[in-house]
Amino acid sequence: MSELFDMLTAAAFWAAAIRIATPLIFGTLGELICERAGVLNLGIEGIFTAGAMSGWMTVYFGGDLWLGVLVAALVGAGFGLLHAILTVPLGLSQHVTGLGITLLATSASYFTYRIAFPNVSSPPRIEPFQPISIPGLSDIPFIGPALFQQTPLTYFAVLLVVMVAYVMARTPLGLAIRASGENPAAVDAQGLSVYGLRIGAVMAGSALMAIGGAFLTLSAFNAFFFEMIAGRGWICIALVVFASWMPGKALLGALLFGAFDALQVRLQQTVGGAIPYQIFLMLPYLLSILALVMMSRRAAYPNALMIPFIKGQRS
Amino acid sequence: MIRLEPRQEYSWLMAVAAPVVAAVVALALAAIPLLVAGAPLGKSYAAMFGGALGSQFALAETLTRTTPLILTGLAVAVAFRARLWNIGAEGQLYAGALAAVVLGSGAIDAPSWILVPTLLLAGATAGALLMAIPTALKLRFSVDEVVTSLLLNFVVLLFVSMMLEGPLKDPMSLGWPQSESIVDAGTLPALIARTRVHAGLIIALAMAVIMQVIMSRTVWGFEIRAVGSNPSAARFAGMSTTTVMLRVGLVSGALAGLAGVGEVAGLKGYLTHDLSPGFGYSGIVVAMLAGLHPLGVVASAFFVAAVFVGADSMSRAVGVPSYIANLTVAVALLAVLVGGVLTRYRIRLQKPGARIV
Repeated sequence: MSELFDMLTAAAFWAAAIRIATPLIFGTLGELICERAGVLNLGIEGIFTAGAMSGWMTVYFGGDLWLGVLVAALVGAGFGLLHAILTVPLGLSQHVTGLGITLLATSASYFTYRIAFPNVSSPPRIEPFQPISIPGLSDIPFIGPALFQQTPLTYFAVLLVVMVAYVMARTPLGLAIRASGENPAAVDAQGLSVYGLRIGAVMAGSALMAIGGAFLTLSAFNAFFFEMIAGRGWICIALVVFASWMPGKALLGALLFGAFDALQVRLQQTVGGAIPYQIFLMLPYLLSILALVMMSRRAAYPNALMIPFIKGQRS
Repeated sequence: MIRLEPRQEYSWLMAVAAPVVAAVVALALAAIPLLVAGAPLGKSYAAMFGGALGSQFALAETLTRTTPLILTGLAVAVAFRARLWNIGAEGQLYAGALAAVVLGSGAIDAPSWILVPTLLLAGATAGALLMAIPTALKLRFSVDEVVTSLLLNFVVLLFVSMMLEGPLKDPMSLGWPQSESIVDAGTLPALIARTRVHAGLIIALAMAVIMQVIMSRTVWGFEIRAVGSNPSAARFAGMSTTTVMLRVGLVSGALAGLAGVGEVAGLKGYLTHDLSPGFGYSGIVVAMLAGLHPLGVVASAFFVAAVFVGADSMSRAVGVPSYIANLTVAVALLAVLVGGVLTRYRIRLQKPGARIV
């Protein structure tokens, strides 16, 4: 028991938890923006993969790390645009289209990677983002090493939570996005374009998902692997429900999840001999299902989520 | 401004033509990645068609691939009909395979006519029970089944990997995580001599016919369609949506479980953690291309199988990564969705500012 206490009070543990949470923060925020506008985006898993691959490849072929992040975001926004065109003006099933986007983005990424590297025995590597210590803050005992010695994208993710929360809650744009997910007819009556808002929101959200993917290849690791996303996108969809579509709670959910994941990795190392490692690896997925079960009863889904808007027609 | 206008009459011919056009469009669009890869187009397509359909051997390989895809396609089709989003066919397939291996690799000593049906039943039950989890969570706690069925895929794969490295590991496999082989009495017989086509194909075809009859000729099928198209009307008509959904979930999981039994008892003989190259996910494409019609699933499963088998030989002939098959199939899915809109609606371009009265 004291061993567990030591583990949880070590700064390195919380630093790892925040690192694991970072891609989930991006993905959850991205999905949250899409759903707030009324569009479920099941393309998330594939968009993560595409962001991870395109960002990494940009850097591998000589681009700057930040250029890699930008390319990933643009690729993500591109897949988002495709999802949005199919689901918003054409009103196709958001479930099936999203899965189609995931299949398309994943296979396109794998195909491109295999063309660039037809037969490599070990994955090629890049020089990833290095941790930046925030002067002054990083010297604070415990809090410093846990919070303020992270890589730049982690700081960006936290900043983004604040920005998205502000835009959603306090600006006319945020109000319009939320309204197009709750009552699109009212948005239309105001003379605003529901299509424009929804397409824009899906593109912006998808760009964030792709940056989450790029974090994995440009910051957490230094290479691209097949199947490296491992369901992180689906976990983000569960986290959005857990967070009741609130950016602040999304951050909290991602951090809790990160802490739990960091804990299972450490438990694997200490008591792993007695229990098969697969049990530990199952825990994040089971935890996501549990979170959904606990929250779903009082989940207040956006009213118009998954309902296509057709001008002049009552839904 | 784009406006969708419902067509007055829904043409039968267009409903059948849409998936065919989608398939052709997807194959044509495969030229883009081929050109990116710098492959000669003519030779590539020739290798693809030849590899999938060009010889008796090629056709047999395609039929072998078709077998699990019919079953996962049916699993998805029946679930989607009731708007139960089962994305967990991949996991259910592994659950079925696991059950078959547990009972079939020596645990039961019985003649073939007992053992084979036992394994099929066990696999179907395992798949059904696995799908019962997301279905029950949806019905009891209104948890979205998309996410739960997807997440369970990862859990099942880890569980399989745990079993293969633990209790089910074949001691003779020299460290490679694989199960012991299914005994001879439990093996599905070969259908065509000197090919890998096995009796699983007959089971899959029979299931397609049975599902077609159930969906179009029975009260159960009517209830499933009613719940899928208008749940509140179905409830008003006195149907229990809960019962219908649960039934659909069990049937869907069972079909995917059967796909797993076929793969271990008919094709591979033993279980590894890479038994399925995504048959569960491809099942979604198969079902959508078929317009969720059980008999249509047979045709679309054959198409998807041909793309995968053809891409393998194309990959060997011109050195293009075989992921081009996944790419083509994904494009076919999106194309058939768009095609579906075009058969149901006219797309009208409307001048900005013009008012509809």
